[in-house]
Amino acid sequence: MSQTTPYPAASAGSLAVLSGDVAARSPRGLRAARNRRLQLFRVVVLLLASAFFLVPFLAMVEFSTRGTGVDAPRTLDAWRRIVTYPNLISAIVTSLELSVLTSVASLALMVPTMIWVRLRLPRINRLVEFVCLLPLTIPAIVLVVGLVPVYAWVNYLSPGPLKGSSLVLTFAYIVLVLPYVYRSLDAGLRAIDVQTLAEAARSLGAGWPTVMFRVVGPNMSAAILNSAVLCVALVMGEFTVASLLNYVNLQYELNNLGQADAGVSVAVAVAFQLFVVALLVGLSFIGRRRGSKEA
Amino acid sequence: MTDSATTVGGRPSGGGRRLSWSWLGALPFFVYVGLFLLLPTLVVVFGAFVDPSGRPTTANLSALGEDFVVTSFKNSVLLSAESGIIGALLGAVVAYAIATGRPEGGLRRTFVAASGMLAQSGGVTLAFAFISTIGAEGFITVLLRGTGLDVSPTLLFGLSGLTIVYAYFQIPLMVLVFLPALDGIRPQWREATESLGGTSWHYWRHVAVPILTPPFLGALLLLFANAFSAYATAAALISQGSIIAPLQIRVALTSETIAGQENVGKAIALGMILVVGVVMALYTLLERRSARWLKK
Repeated sequence: MSQTTPYPAASAGSLAVLSGDVAARSPRGLRAARNRRLQLFRVVVLLLASAFFLVPFLAMVEFSTRGTGVDAPRTLDAWRRIVTYPNLISAIVTSLELSVLTSVASLALMVPTMIWVRLRLPRINRLVEFVCLLPLTIPAIVLVVGLVPVYAWVNYLSPGPLKGSSLVLTFAYIVLVLPYVYRSLDAGLRAIDVQTLAEAARSLGAGWPTVMFRVVGPNMSAAILNSAVLCVALVMGEFTVASLLNYVNLQYELNNLGQADAGVSVAVAVAFQLFVVALLVGLSFIGRRRGSKEA
Repeated sequence: MTDSATTVGGRPSGGGRRLSWSWLGALPFFVYVGLFLLLPTLVVVFGAFVDPSGRPTTANLSALGEDFVVTSFKNSVLLSAESGIIGALLGAVVAYAIATGRPEGGLRRTFVAASGMLAQSGGVTLAFAFISTIGAEGFITVLLRGTGLDVSPTLLFGLSGLTIVYAYFQIPLMVLVFLPALDGIRPQWREATESLGGTSWHYWRHVAVPILTPPFLGALLLLFANAFSAYATAAALISQGSIIAPLQIRVALTSETIAGQENVGKAIALGMILVVGVVMALYTLLERRSARWLKK
């Protein structure tokens, strides 16, 4: 620093001069030098961070395209073998079904509740928020311990064809996604004037279902879409609850397969990661388009 | 708030009947979270104090004092602290590199979006990613073989391996949590320091660091709780054994060897709730303190 400034006194931090000509002691050259150093620092840090986060993913790609043998050429065999594991395919289908069920059910529960609380029960707004964010504090592994007896009842009460079906995981997943659904719906509700919309609709003779599903709901469609996509990403990646309650889903099957056929399981993991990236990129794309339309 | 709520009703605000109808609207929500969130939590809390036939006992809690449980908790704290500190320090540096860029730039948007995804990336896929990287036949392991920098084949199954893997979701979480604090720092404060003759060092020593310390410590606590609660990644990496508390719960839930010990898992789970609860309470306190300076 002292090499770049013609005023060593200032760079030494001497507080002796606090007069009007202080501005002259912070010349443009000093700031430019600091800026160059800052830019260099940013480039180095962001490159290193990108490397740390990309290398494990690229290593998976590399691993899933390895041939057998020492100098075997790259091959897509592992990727082709995916279809030869019917259990894996059905687990993928189960997880997709679970994500649809969880998105729909959690929205069906939370959209009316949150609109209703805002309009009619603002006093309990904080309570609802606290309860919804609770799953962030209670570890999933702890929740599972308490869910074991609850799921014994779920299994006992569920009708014949659903007995033992992984789809009952939906009940637990609705709780796991609650904080994320709450936050995105909350953001959506904050952006619109719910009170006025509801009042206008009511004074035109609309009933409460009309207010919820035809007036307020469509005005927060971006938030609803947002939370549905988050639900899909979270449910497709869920392992803790499924594996400990012994219900088969994608991650459960992936983990089992890891021991039998590492190549295939890593290939599916790559595909899963790409799927999540695609979901989130798509979401940000939609968000941006909407943003520009409103602007 | 209440005023507009009564107008929306379309009727003049009435007596108790109206109120009870309003409550009915929130009933499905409370029934649901009661059954699938609060009930399981209560099962853990009360289950820790009863034996399998429902009689009150403290035997489960005494299991918390057994060596293997104490060790797993110690390891969990160690792992959470190490991955928390590493994640907080590196995450703060990355967040600073992002914060000093253009606020509306594509670079920033990309890094923030990626952090949001990576902070949630713990699980089977992450375990596979690190097995493919520094596992026995991993990419880096093969690359470094014979260079003297060999990666130990058992690295991933110990605490230090877990620390590296956990950093993968801790650093992005730190970026997400700490970036708003860095955005709260106003350039005017630096200018004020300069116009008083202060250097960069003075600025950091007397302005930026003191202001950023509470949010930094708060984020550190959040990262600690995050690592302490994490299960899936460790479970997928370590299929046998139980070096940390969450894996100890797996043993308690899946082994049927020890009859009469079914509720030990609940005691360990209760222990985890207590640790995470204390950490999160401290976090809330710190949050409140840092909000004073860094309000937008």
